[in-house]
Amino acid sequence: MKLPDTAPMPHAALAPPEESSTMIEVENLDFYYGQARALHEINISIPANKVTAFIGPSGCGKSTLLRCFNRMNDLVDIARIGKGRVRIHGIDIYDPDVDVISLRRQVGMVFQKSNPFPKSIYENITYGLEIQGISDRKRLDEVVEKSLRGAALWDEVKDRLHTSGLGLSGGQQQRLCIARAIAVEPSIILMDEPCSALDPIATSKVEELIQQLKGKYTIVIVTHNMQQAGRCSDNTAFFYLGKLIEFAKTEKIFTNPSQRQTEDYITGRFG
Amino acid sequence: MNAPVNPFVARKSSARTIEHIAFGFFRTATYFILICAAVIFGFIFVKGGQTVFRSSFPFVNVPFLTQAPETLYVFQFEGKKMELGDRDFRKFKEERHIKDIPAESYVYSSGGIFPCIVGTVLLVIGSMAIALFIGISSAIYLNEYSKQGRFVHFVRLAILNLAGVPSIVFGLFGFALFVMFMPMLQDFRNPTVLSFPVGFGHYLNFSGWNVCLLSGWFTLAFMALPVVITASEESLKSVPKGFREGSLALGATKWQTIRTNVLPYALPGMLTSSILGIARVAGETAPIMFTAAYVIRDKMPWQVDHPMDFFFQGVMALPYHIYVVSSKIPQNEYTERVQYGAAFVFLVIVMGIALTSILLRIKMRNRYRW
Repeated sequence: MKLPDTAPMPHAALAPPEESSTMIEVENLDFYYGQARALHEINISIPANKVTAFIGPSGCGKSTLLRCFNRMNDLVDIARIGKGRVRIHGIDIYDPDVDVISLRRQVGMVFQKSNPFPKSIYENITYGLEIQGISDRKRLDEVVEKSLRGAALWDEVKDRLHTSGLGLSGGQQQRLCIARAIAVEPSIILMDEPCSALDPIATSKVEELIQQLKGKYTIVIVTHNMQQAGRCSDNTAFFYLGKLIEFAKTEKIFTNPSQRQTEDYITGRFG
Repeated sequence: MNAPVNPFVARKSSARTIEHIAFGFFRTATYFILICAAVIFGFIFVKGGQTVFRSSFPFVNVPFLTQAPETLYVFQFEGKKMELGDRDFRKFKEERHIKDIPAESYVYSSGGIFPCIVGTVLLVIGSMAIALFIGISSAIYLNEYSKQGRFVHFVRLAILNLAGVPSIVFGLFGFALFVMFMPMLQDFRNPTVLSFPVGFGHYLNFSGWNVCLLSGWFTLAFMALPVVITASEESLKSVPKGFREGSLALGATKWQTIRTNVLPYALPGMLTSSILGIARVAGETAPIMFTAAYVIRDKMPWQVDHPMDFFFQGVMALPYHIYVVSSKIPQNEYTERVQYGAAFVFLVIVMGIALTSILLRIKMRNRYRW
């Protein structure tokens, strides 16, 4: 099966978002960098239109798993899937029929280091549309305003849309990257430690934004900051040494974890 | 009474002495290079300036820059010493109805170097176009597309080795491949060489391109390739990974990413370093002496019967001309003028190319900054 370009997935149209609807389903996933095994038999079902946080110490595989969801790992020569499946909207995204380009339009990503292109704010937002061949000025104008409003950045930049995106502050740059990601109307947004380079005020703005976005998008956020996971996620997954130790509602993970290792990590005994 | 001892008092130690000596040596080495450069430039500017500049209006020796080389005649006439170029000498004799005047002749010592300037400029432009096209393409492949495995490692090694090949070997290679072997599409069968019929009465004759611009372009371009590839790869590497990832994550193809989000930022660096490398290569004599350069040619490169002939003509070139007037003809004060005049003009051209590339970089850098 081939993912459609921008139209909503048939599954999503049939099943209204509800408590139990699953967006991303990982089944028995093993992942390797060369000979080194980075993920061990991961099984996780990430619910639609919720914020799911991945926590765990450095090198535990949380970013690797995140990058499996939009196949960014394809860029690493030595990376490969050992066994298992990743399904999005019920479709195995590693199936040879799946076009990685269409997949990435559905699964947006925000990186640890904000990476606006050295173009104007306007061009940053329209980039994702222009590579799809959309050049209708009116439509682009609309998308720019909508995306910047969606990323709570419109009021701050509306008077300087045609100045460089690199002239913004760190937090604004990161929100610009979020705006750029939502401009192509994905159904999932992956965030790889989006606040690790931001000061507390900029961080709280991004976290607020995540709260606003979660009704419309399925958000998966990797974070080193446990308070952040506690503040802005609905569900939290704890990883350790390439294994998924525990996945539950965020309150439960932080108040009453069922695994010893989770409790040790949360209470700061290691990590 | 004991005076308080200053614990920080300067003391002679061997470490200090060695440091002084070492830095003294480094400083001398640096100054030595500076002095050498200054002497070379100064010498050529002073000596060549005498040929190129004039003390009266228009201050520049216009004939030297706009005329072809001629033979110089030096003779005594009515007690005066005269120096005239070939054409002027003949006119002089005709006007005075004199059949012959005993004169010393010095080949190439009158007239100018205009055909050489044109030839050098043509060689630089053509080889630059070819080297940039092939070099940037392969740098993109090596840096962006290929898997970093044993094969790519081997390719890089080959490129490094190519940079170490002496220029005379490139000249011979160009001679063997382009001048002697490359196929020509002709409407007859050449029985002396490998020949394939391609239909419509035409044949692909492997008779070579002869000594011509095209052969020179490719030989020079091959010589410049290592510099162009290495410089282009460095420029590509200096573009942050985040730009590529950000673009790919939005659903761009690899080529879209490279074209819109990598190349524009890498291009200034690529062009500057590459142009400098090519300017350096274009100054070589050895690669063109068998492949593109003529000692003397009466026609200018644009005086061709058929547009295609443009590519298949040899040209005069500054480095080769300097070589010819400095080593292939008897040396005297008259040839020396041409030698240093040509060297001066050549230096100015190369510096002009370098300056252009630097200005280009400044201009393009200001457009994309991160």
